[in-house]
Amino acid sequence: MSDLEQFRAQTREWLEANCPASQRLPVMEFEDRCWGGTKWCFVNEDQKRWLEVMAERGWTAPDWPAEYGGGGLSKEETKILREEMYRIDARPPLFSMGLSMIGPALLKYGSEELKRQHIPNIVKGKIWWCQGYSEPNYGSDLAGLQTRCEDKGDHFLVNGQKVWTSYAERADWMFCLVRTDPDAVKHAGISLVLFDMTTPGVRTSPIKLISGNSPFCETFLDDVRVEKDQLVGNINQGWELASYLLTHERAMIGNMGHTAASEKSLHQHAIDVAGGLENGQLGDSALRTDIAQWEIDILAFELTQERIDDETKAGTGTGATSSMLKYAGTELNKQRFELLTDIHGQAGLAWEGEAFDDGLLASQWLRTKGNSIEGGTSEIQLNIISKRILGLGQKA
Amino acid sequence: MALVLNEEQTMLKESAQGFLSEHAPVSQLRQLRDERSETGYDKATWQQMVELGWSGILVPEAHGGLAFGHVGMGQVMEENGRTLTASPLLSTAVLATSAINYAGTETQKKALLPAIVDGSLLFALGLDEGPKYRPSLVKATATASGEGYVLNGEKQFVADGHIADKLIVSARTSGDAGDDQGVSLFIVDSVASGVEIERVHLADSRNSAMLRLTHVTLPADARLGEQGGATSLINYLTDVANIHLSAELLGVSQEVFERTVQYMKERSQYGALIGSYQALQHRAAHMFSEIELAKSIVIKAQQALDANDAQLSLLASACKAKVSDVATLVTNEGVQLHGGIGMTDELDIGFFMKRARVAEQQFGDRRYHLKRFASLQNY
Repeated sequence: MSDLEQFRAQTREWLEANCPASQRLPVMEFEDRCWGGTKWCFVNEDQKRWLEVMAERGWTAPDWPAEYGGGGLSKEETKILREEMYRIDARPPLFSMGLSMIGPALLKYGSEELKRQHIPNIVKGKIWWCQGYSEPNYGSDLAGLQTRCEDKGDHFLVNGQKVWTSYAERADWMFCLVRTDPDAVKHAGISLVLFDMTTPGVRTSPIKLISGNSPFCETFLDDVRVEKDQLVGNINQGWELASYLLTHERAMIGNMGHTAASEKSLHQHAIDVAGGLENGQLGDSALRTDIAQWEIDILAFELTQERIDDETKAGTGTGATSSMLKYAGTELNKQRFELLTDIHGQAGLAWEGEAFDDGLLASQWLRTKGNSIEGGTSEIQLNIISKRILGLGQKA
Repeated sequence: MALVLNEEQTMLKESAQGFLSEHAPVSQLRQLRDERSETGYDKATWQQMVELGWSGILVPEAHGGLAFGHVGMGQVMEENGRTLTASPLLSTAVLATSAINYAGTETQKKALLPAIVDGSLLFALGLDEGPKYRPSLVKATATASGEGYVLNGEKQFVADGHIADKLIVSARTSGDAGDDQGVSLFIVDSVASGVEIERVHLADSRNSAMLRLTHVTLPADARLGEQGGATSLINYLTDVANIHLSAELLGVSQEVFERTVQYMKERSQYGALIGSYQALQHRAAHMFSEIELAKSIVIKAQQALDANDAQLSLLASACKAKVSDVATLVTNEGVQLHGGIGMTDELDIGFFMKRARVAEQQFGDRRYHLKRFASLQNY
């Protein structure tokens, strides 16, 4: 038996013995997926134990270096672990911006001390991280951000306001973009710092959206003291780090257009709601072609994700396609919910009442409007395609 | 299966690109049009294509072909879309070959396929009896007579009809226009008594023709496939035709897009390159995104054709509907973004738009395929 085959056999055996049955059920509610952190309330003992046993082996971050608590697995071993977890429908033991965003950035840019301080806690799910990027006047033009960070000798002092901070109220720490050089060209005067959300001067306030309550917050920063060793990378290197993080985020959001195989198709919704078919066809022939058009578009989109993956594996890809996928995927997801609410008529716009799932569909429909705004608007993605792929944009 | 070309397919694509851009660029089609060429295609170029083996890409090795498959042929079709090369490739090497492969008897295959490979026989496929693709609306009749049949009726908009040596036409052996059942396909000599062929000029300057069949007598072995049961053959040809037309339209779209982006980098107005204006950049970036989507569905459909996938018809219709949308968008934007020069006959852009619209109509427009896609999923 080769080493990898042996690894697979051992992994399979270990997962069978250690993954609780309840952690192999589909994720239905937000709380089913463990985000960790000091304020996390485990839904049951199983969820807590599953996180602990996986974290102990570093398998919440399987390919991170073992010296910081990661799994230390090779690429091939990580793939095997994922496959074996998938095989038994095991839930990921931990889901967090620590794992998906700041952790990789710390490993790439952080000092030895910062890695030792933060990476083990990310692996164990001890800390919930939130992201301090956008500001009220700087959304798409993120590099214009104005939150000031002054050097006070033995510490930094941060003043400003962040917006669209997901889960700021439940988070323990923030990774935050701040302006350290107000005189430099805007991209060149930004740094990335880390601070505890309980630091005096940090205040959060939830944002209510057109779709209702949301995890988004405003975060106010008044004379917040940040220790100097909590600077990630070099001073004024923040934009490079932010770009590194944004690529991760873009890929995540673009994927939302992807409909799970188990999800009910749009045409099935139409059949169910309209009370069946007439002569084997949807009675509303205009709706029928609208649905066919969308189903063909999403098929083309899913095949494009597949093709780009295949091209990357074959080494023939052109790259820089994450903007195209983000643009197309989010626009299609918006169209899907326009069609869905349309199919359901006024019931699709119901806001309250048990008969209408407490307005779930209307709320989902409205939430999709944010897909083409968050993580870089559709217009920003089109700018990126124009400039980086098509080479348009130089003035004559 | 990975949605990428293998090494041989990539080589074929590159060699097609090299050959066509050198020997049959858009200027060749322009010249054929301006000279009002009798044949509508360049015989020497076709002979070279035959020598390159393109006429045998879909023919089994047993009959002298290369058996290289639809993904391979699709690459040649896509490159043809970039150069708008007029040739018997689609009618003969794709459609007639597929029809004979699918439904021909061993005798028919032996007699016809090697002659397709060596370029000595040209075919045309006549299914339409009106300006829109409705393959079951067949009024032409085939009446049993002695050992064979007598054909009467008309076929419209038959691509390559006036240059073909043999015509494959649909005719009714039973039932009424609109019935799926009762239709058969026949192979008719274009010089047979009672066959009248009238060339029709469409906007794309490619070959089209009207056929009139008056008491055309045929032997029994002129029938291709079962009597009255051509539905599955016609369905298959609908898939084949649309997947290859989609490849051609993808080539058209990419060529127009690249030429347009290039123009945006050269043309200045108000002291700046027009490509520096965001209003135009976003339109270009949107087209880029749409073309990426089209590429994926085209290669998937080509692979489905080679694998005889259970989802073949669904993918073929999805493919034609999507690619037609994209080709309409890109050719329209191509003219608009070129501005006044885009309206002139001198610029090639118009040729691409004209060909795109004809190819979009052939074997079903986007609405036809949206409806077919819906029907195939029972809604």
